Amino acid sequence: MVTPNTELAYNGKIEGEVVVSRLDAVINWIRTNSMWPMPMGLACCAIELMGTASSRFDIARFGAEVMRFSPRQSDCMIVAGTVTYKMASAVRRIYDQMAEPKWVIAMGACASSGGMYRSYSTLQGVDRIVPVDVYVSGCPPRPEALLDALMKLQGKVRQERAATNLLSA
Amino acid sequence: MSAATAVTPALSEKFPQVAPRASLDHEAINVPAGAVLDVLRTLRDAHGFDFLADLTAIDWAEGTTPRFTIVYHLRSTTTHAYVRVAADCPDSAAPAMPSACGLWAAADWHEREVFDMFGIRFPGHPDLRRILMWDGYPHHPLRKEFPLAGVETELPDAAIAAETGAKVIAAPMAGGPFVASSGEINLTEAEPRAKDESWNEGRAKPAQD
Repeated sequence: MVTPNTELAYNGKIEGEVVVSRLDAVINWIRTNSMWPMPMGLACCAIELMGTASSRFDIARFGAEVMRFSPRQSDCMIVAGTVTYKMASAVRRIYDQMAEPKWVIAMGACASSGGMYRSYSTLQGVDRIVPVDVYVSGCPPRPEALLDALMKLQGKVRQERAATNLLSA
Repeated sequence: MSAATAVTPALSEKFPQVAPRASLDHEAINVPAGAVLDVLRTLRDAHGFDFLADLTAIDWAEGTTPRFTIVYHLRSTTTHAYVRVAADCPDSAAPAMPSACGLWAAADWHEREVFDMFGIRFPGHPDLRRILMWDGYPHHPLRKEFPLAGVETELPDAAIAAETGAKVIAAPMAGGPFVASSGEINLTEAEPRAKDESWNEGRAKPAQD
């Protein structure tokens, strides 16, 4: 006699408290949904970054509301603003202090390419000193653009082969 | 500015070297470098100019004598008058001007900035270091011969430079700089226009003749 399966969701009694998944999927799921930013606020983009974190745009919906001012506790450096050559060493040093895995968002024109500062004092794009995962255009970008960048980065992290990287590290 | 607050006649009596300077707004005087501290002290103590609003410099470009002029902007918080004091640096190759730090504490950082940007030294300054660029930067960026894009040099931190391979580069001008002509009545003509300096890292700046 065949009984129809009426279980629509996971039932621990039937499955024996076991969930079968891929390790990559589990690790990436954890990483994408608690990506704590390191707010590298260097200029006016930092104001938009604050707006993104505040209630109207609420970056907490994407699990990135815990702005950590300690590089040891953060996963994603958001370079928000103009990076001068004098500051570039500090930016790189803070990036070096962040624990793996770590990602970088270059927020706005200045961080991405130097922006309008074609001048002797400004680093022409933060990708000259740190590897950038997502670039955001705008001067400054709207909070929605930064949220979109965060979602793009989450999509990128979901594609990572996290278990292989962990074992080979 | 009213005539009642004019200080030039009184100053000229005490200092015959003081000469009036062409100015479109406030009173302005030219002072030789040797007398500048005495004049500033008199303005502060006898005329109530207790506030150094700004201290900056002018580079009249290479080949001119004198090449550098220091400009002091003084404000009186009691009479609400402004006066501008300009003093030429006698030596154009190694420009120097006595420090006004003893008169106004505010002169400290202003003189450091002028030193940083123009390379003018201020004998008597307590701590004459660069303030905007990093120590060891080899140029003075606001001098006329310094290009807007900058000059290739090393990053301030040698360890970071070795790790990243990054350098301070002459910025790619990307079609710029975009310059608006001032005083243009026709707003279409006043729009910022690209000066043709569209060299970049791929296409080097042509050699100057």
